[in-house]
Amino acid sequence: MEKLIQVEKINTDILIIGGGTAGCYAAYTFGQNGKHKVLIAEKANIKRSGCLAAGVNAINAYITEGRVPQDYVDYCKKDAKGIVREDLLLSISENLNEVTHKLEENGLVILKDENGKYVTRGNRNIKINGENIKPILARMAEAQENVTVINHVNITDLMVKDNKVFGAVGFDVNSQKAYVIIAKAVLIATGGAAGLYRPNNPGFSRHKMWYPPFNTGAGYAMGINAGAEMTTLEMRFIALRCKDTIAPTGTIAQGVRAKQMNGKGEIYETKYGVATCERVYGTTEENRLGNGPCYLKTDEISKEQEDELYKAYLNMAPSQTLKWLEGGQGPAEQNVEIEGTEPYIVGGHTASGFWVDNKRATTVKGLYAAGDVAGGAPQKYVTGALVEGKLAALGIEEFLAEGQEAYSDDSWETIVSQYEKFLNNEEENITIEQLEESMQKIMDEYAGGITKAYQFNETGLNLAKEKITGLFEVLETLRAHDTDGLLQIYEIKERLTVCLSLIEHLKARKETRWHSFAENKNYPDEDKNFEIYVNSIKEDNQIKIIKRPLVVDDYKPLIFAFEGNKLVDAGGEV
Amino acid sequence: MSIRIKITSCVGCKRCAEVCPGNLIKIVNNRAVIRREKDCWGCTSCLKECKTGAIEFFLGADIGGKGSVLSVEDKGDLRTWTVKRLDGSSETITVNTKESNKY
Ligand SMILES: Cc1cc2nc3c(=O)[nH]c(=O)nc-3n(C[C@H](O)[C@H](O)[C@H](O)COP(=O)(O)OP(=O)(O)OC[C@H]3O[C@@H](n4cnc5c(N)ncnc54)[C@H](O)[C@@H]3O)c2cc1C
Ligand code: SF4
Ligand code: SF4
Repeated sequence: MEKLIQVEKINTDILIIGGGTAGCYAAYTFGQNGKHKVLIAEKANIKRSGCLAAGVNAINAYITEGRVPQDYVDYCKKDAKGIVREDLLLSISENLNEVTHKLEENGLVILKDENGKYVTRGNRNIKINGENIKPILARMAEAQENVTVINHVNITDLMVKDNKVFGAVGFDVNSQKAYVIIAKAVLIATGGAAGLYRPNNPGFSRHKMWYPPFNTGAGYAMGINAGAEMTTLEMRFIALRCKDTIAPTGTIAQGVRAKQMNGKGEIYETKYGVATCERVYGTTEENRLGNGPCYLKTDEISKEQEDELYKAYLNMAPSQTLKWLEGGQGPAEQNVEIEGTEPYIVGGHTASGFWVDNKRATTVKGLYAAGDVAGGAPQKYVTGALVEGKLAALGIEEFLAEGQEAYSDDSWETIVSQYEKFLNNEEENITIEQLEESMQKIMDEYAGGITKAYQFNETGLNLAKEKITGLFEVLETLRAHDTDGLLQIYEIKERLTVCLSLIEHLKARKETRWHSFAENKNYPDEDKNFEIYVNSIKEDNQIKIIKRPLVVDDYKPLIFAFEGNKLVDAGGEV
Repeated sequence: MSIRIKITSCVGCKRCAEVCPGNLIKIVNNRAVIRREKDCWGCTSCLKECKTGAIEFFLGADIGGKGSVLSVEDKGDLRTWTVKRLDGSSETITVNTKESNKY
C-alpha cells in the first residue's frame, strides 16, 4: 500500500530552525519586544537538544576583569592565523557578558569568590555548573508569549523565490506528517556538522563523538541548496579529546594544569605551537613519529582534585567518569590518554559556515544565521552562540520593520513528494547504514581523516568528489520504513551535500595555514596570497569559489546590500 | 556507548522518548525501547528524565567498557550517580546541582 504524507500548513512572522543555543536565545530576544509571531521548529526537543544536551563545562568566552572586548578579538584572530571576520568577533565580544548575566538571572550557577566576583579559569573562562544550561535556555524561550515551539520536526528544505526566503518544509519524525511553514523571515540555527568523516570509534560506539551526531549540517545543506554563500568550510575543526570517550580535555588541561606528554614521557606541550590547531597537530605528529600514545599528565594530582574531576565530568561528559570508575584507576593514578577527533565543520569553533553580515543576514534575503552554523567568527562557544541569536533577532526585527509581504506558492509539493518517494522505495541491497559508512570512509581516506593524519592532496580530493557525487545516486534508492528512517536518509543527504562543498573549499585554499585543520600536502606552507576568505556558492549544480578580501582593522561592519531581492554587495572580491 | 532500559521498571511515561536529542527512544507496548543502540550519543538526558530509574548507561567494549552500568537518582538539589560493576561492587558520587564545578 502506498504511504502518503499528511500536510499541515502554518503561517508565522518568523521561523527559527533549530531550538538549540542560538535558536532559544533568539526566541527569548524576540519575546522582549513581543511584536512578532515566532515559531521554533526543532528536530528533537528543545529541553535537551543539540550541543548542550549533556551539559557544558565552563563559559569559554567571557570578558574577564581587566580585559576588553578587543582582547578577545585579537586572541581569536591570532589563533585562526588571521582568517576571521573582525567585525563579527567584535560584535560578539561586546555582548558576551550581558548574555552570561541573563543566564545567571535565569538559574545558571556560576562560581563566585568571597567578594562575589566570578572565579575565572585562564583569561577568558568562568567556572559554572553547566549541566542544566539547556533546560534553562528552553524555559527562557518557552516563557515568551509570542513564541511557539514544535518539537520533533526535522526541517529539510528552505523555500526561496528570486533569492528571497519565504519559509521551510519539514516532517514530523514520529508520524507521517509534513509541515509547510510560511514565514516573512527565517533564522537558521541548526548547529554544525558531525559524522562526515569516519569517527574515532567506528564500531559499536560510533556515535561516541564529541560534537552531537544529530547535528548533521542540515543548515549548511539547506543554505547551499538555496544558493546562499558559505565561507571558510576548509577550516575544519578537530578537537583534542580524551581517548575513547571523546570527552573534552579543557577541564583537565586548564583545571589541574595537566601538560601534554608523549609515550616516552616527554612534554611536547609547546613544541608545535599553542594555537588550537597546533595542539592537535602536535599530538598527531607525535603519534605519526612513533612517539605515542599521548597523554595529559595527571598522575601528580591529589585525590581531592580527582574527586572534583569526577564531578565536573558528570556535569558534562558522564562517560569519562564511568570510564575512570569502571577501570578502577582514576586520573590521579593514571595519565589520561588523548587523541584528535574526526574533523567536524563547526562555526562556533572555527570560521566555517554561512557568510553573514554584521546583523547575521545571509546572502539570501530574509534568511539569517546564528551560532555554529554561521561563519567568520571562531571561538564563539556557548556565549557567542547566544549573542549571535540576539543579534540575528535584532536584525530580523529591523528587516520586518521595513514591511515584508508574506508570499507562498506550491513549491512545497515537490519536497513532500520526495518524502513519499523514500517511504515507498523498494527495499534494495544498499542500506542507510552502509551509505553512511561509505561516505565516512571516502572522506577519511581521500579528504584528510583520522587514518590519514588529517592530510590530503588534490588527487585524493578529486577522487573524493567523484565518489561522493556517486553516492547521491545510491541515496535516491534508499527506503525509509517510517519517518525515523526518513530522518536518517535526510541526515546523510545533508552530510553528502556538506562534503561536496567542503571538498571544493579544501581544494581552493592552496596553502597550509592551519596544521591538521587543513593540511594540504601539495601546498605545505602558508602563503600570503591566501590572506583572504575562501567562499562558495552553488550555481547550476556546481560549487563556485569566490575569494573575498579580509574585513580587518578598521572594523567597518560589513552590511550586505540588496536591490529588490538581488544581492548587490557582500564584501569585495579578489 | 549506549543505554539499557529495564523493562520491569519502565512505566511507559514517555519522558525519555520526549527528550532524547537523537529521537532514539520509542514506546512499544507501553514500554520504552531504544531504536538503534549504536546511535546513542551518551548524553544521559534520558536517565535524568526517568523518574523510576529504569535506564542505565554503559560503555561499549570498543571503548573500554567491561559491563559496568551508570545510573542516576535525584533528591532535591542532590544528584547521586552510581556505578555498578559486574562483580557486584559499586561506587556513588553525589553532585550538588546548585554548586559550580571547581575546574
Ligand atoms: C560536547 C560539547 C561540549 C561543549 N562544551 C562547551 C563549554 O564547556 N563551554 C562553551 O562555552 N562551549 C562549549 N561547547 C560549544 C557550544 O556548546 C556550542 O558552540 C554552541 O552550543 C552551539 O550552539 P548552536 O545553537 O549553534 O547549536 P546547538 O545548540 O547544537 O543547536 C542546534 C539545534 O538545531 C537542531 N537541529 C539540527 N538540525 C535540525 C533540523 N534539520 N531541523 C530542526 N532542528 C534541527 C538541533 O537539534 C539543535 O537543537 C561545547 C560543545 C559540545 C558539542
Ligand atoms: S522515562 Fe523511564 S519510565 Fe518513562 S518511559 Fe522512559 S524508561 Fe520508561
Ligand atoms: S543517552 Fe542521550 S542519546 Fe542516548 S538514548 Fe539517552 S537521551 Fe538518547
